[in-house]
Amino acid sequence: MTSTTSLDTGRNRYWFVFGGVLLLVAMIVGTMIGPAGPTWWRIPLEFLNRLPFIRIDSGVSEQDWNIVWLIRTPRVVLAAIVGSMLSISGASYQGVFRNPLVDPYLLGVAAGAGLGATLVFAFQRGATENWIVDPLPLAAFIGALVAVLVTYVVGTAFGTTQSTTTLILAGVAVTSLATSIQAFILQRNTDVVRQVYSWILGRLSSATWGDVRLVLPYVLLSTGVLFMHRRLLDVLRVGDDEASALGINVRRVRLIVVLAATLGTSAVVAVSGLIGFVGIIVPHAVRLLAGASYRKVLPLSVLLGAAFLVFADIPSRVLANPAETPIGVVTAFFGAPFFLYLLRTRNTST
Amino acid sequence: MTALGFCDVQVSYNGIEAVQSFNDLLHSGEWLCLIGPNGAGKSSVLRAAAGLVPYSGSIAIDQKEIPATSARWRAQHIAYVPQSPLIPLDMNVFDYVLLGRNPYVRHFSWETKHDKEVVSEVLDRLDLATFARRSLGTLSGGEVQRLVIARALAQEAPVLLLDEPTSALDIGHQQQALELVDKLRHEQGLTVVSAMHDLTLAGMYADRLVLMHQGARVAEGSAKEVLQPNILSEFYGVSARVHHEDDGTVVVIPQRMSTR
Repeated sequence: MTSTTSLDTGRNRYWFVFGGVLLLVAMIVGTMIGPAGPTWWRIPLEFLNRLPFIRIDSGVSEQDWNIVWLIRTPRVVLAAIVGSMLSISGASYQGVFRNPLVDPYLLGVAAGAGLGATLVFAFQRGATENWIVDPLPLAAFIGALVAVLVTYVVGTAFGTTQSTTTLILAGVAVTSLATSIQAFILQRNTDVVRQVYSWILGRLSSATWGDVRLVLPYVLLSTGVLFMHRRLLDVLRVGDDEASALGINVRRVRLIVVLAATLGTSAVVAVSGLIGFVGIIVPHAVRLLAGASYRKVLPLSVLLGAAFLVFADIPSRVLANPAETPIGVVTAFFGAPFFLYLLRTRNTST
Repeated sequence: MTALGFCDVQVSYNGIEAVQSFNDLLHSGEWLCLIGPNGAGKSSVLRAAAGLVPYSGSIAIDQKEIPATSARWRAQHIAYVPQSPLIPLDMNVFDYVLLGRNPYVRHFSWETKHDKEVVSEVLDRLDLATFARRSLGTLSGGEVQRLVIARALAQEAPVLLLDEPTSALDIGHQQQALELVDKLRHEQGLTVVSAMHDLTLAGMYADRLVLMHQGARVAEGSAKEVLQPNILSEFYGVSARVHHEDDGTVVVIPQRMSTR
C-alpha cells in the first residue's frame, strides 16, 4: 500500500511541474507577441537584463521597453490572474453543486456585473473620466455581489432539502431579471450598446498594473479559502446526506465556498468583463488529465487556468490586428466545442 | 451494557408525524432489525440517529446523549450506510474508504498516516486491498456494497446503521453482505440497527425484530414471535405462509391471492 501511495504522489508532482512550466512558457510567449514593440526574441533578454546583477545588451530602447512593461506585461499578468480565478471558482462551484456543467457565473455573477456596467455606461461614461476611482469595475463588482446575494437569500429561504436545485433555479431567475433590466436600459440608451457589448465579451486590452493591484487582494483571499476546502469538496462528492453523516456541516461548507468563489469571480469580472467557458474547460481538462480529486483539481486549475487564458489572449491580440478580438470570443470558440464534447462523453457525476 | 438508546424519539416532516415516540435500548453487539411496510418510519429512525433529520427526544450512545450540534462527534460514534449510496465513479477505492476518516480530521487539516493505516487495514480485512487503486466505476454491485461497508468501518464507530443494505443485490451478494456484517459485529462488538424488507433474511440475522406501522412500534421480539401470518396480514396486508425450519429459521412465503 505504501508503495502505491508514494507512486501516486510522484505522479502528482509531475503534473504540478507540468502546470508550472506551462504557465511560465505562456507568460514568456505572452510578453513576446504583440502588434507593436521590440523584436520578439529581444524581450526575454531585456527581462533578464532588468534583474539585479545581470547585464545583457538586448538592444531594446526605453520606449519599446515601456510598451512591454506598461502595456503587455500587466495584460499577461492580469490574464493569468483572471484565468486562474475563473478556473478555481468553476471547479469549486462544480464541487458544491455536484454538477459538472456548472460555471462560476451560475448564481448571477455575470448578469449582475453586466447590469452594473450597463448602468455606468448609460449614465454618461464620459462624465466619469476624471473621477479618482473608475466607477465601472466598482459597479460591476457590486452588481455581481448583489445578484449572488439575492440568489442565495431567495434560494435558501424557499429551499428545503433540495437546496442546490432551488439555489440554481433562483440563480436562473435572478439572471433573467437582471438581464431584462439591462435590456430595458439599453433600449433607452442605444448609443452605448456597442460599448456594453464589447464589455460583455470580455477584454484584457486595457489592462494596467492598477487593475492587477485592484483584483489581487480579492483573488488571493478567495483562492486561499477555496484551497482550504479542497479536502471537504472531496467529501461532498458522496452527496449531502452521506457527507453530513460523515460529520460535515454541508450547508456551512457550501455557503463559505460559494461566497469565496463569488468574491473572486466578481473581482475579476469587474476588470476583465465576461470571459466565458474558462471555468468549465479548465477544471474538466484537469480532471481528464490528473483525476477528479479536488486536492489536485483546485491547484492544477489555478496553474492551467492561468496558462490557458494567457495563451487565449495571444490570438485576441493579433488575429484582427490592429483591432482587438474580444477574448471572450476566443475562449468561446475553443470552449463551446469542448463543452459539447463533455456533454457527449460525461454523463456521470463529478 | 447499553450501547445505543432511543428515548421518546419523534420525527415529523412538515407537521406530519413519521415516527411517534420511538423507545429502545440496545446492548453492545446486538443487531436490531426494523421491519414494516413502506412509509412505516423505519428509515426515519435511522436517519434521525445519523443526524440527517431533526428529531425530538434523545438518542444516546453508552448513556451519553448525542449533542445536537456536533456532527463530528456523532460521526465518530455512528456510521450510516444509506439505501442507495451516491458513488463517485471516478474516485478510487482507497480515497473512498478514506472519506470514512473525515470525523477524525480537523476542518482544514489532512488525514494522518494513522488514518491511512486504518484504511489499509479495513481494505485488507474485507479483501478489497487488491482493488485499492481501482476507480469505483469499475466495480460490481456486490463489490460496491462491501466498499460502502468498508467506509463505514473506517469510521471506527461502535454503532452501524444500515438502511436496506441488500435491496440492490442478488441473492448471493445479499447473503455475503449480511454474513460480513454479522461477522464484524461478533468480532468487534458492533451494535447494528438495520431496516430491511426481506423478512426471512431479517429474521435470520437480527437478534430482535421491531415491526413498525405508521410511525409506531406494533410488534417486537424474535423472528418466531413477530413473523406470524396474522401479524403480517394485519400490517402488510399480505397473505403469507410462515414456515419454520428445523434449525429455527423462519421463512415467509407470500401467497397468491387468486385461486386457479
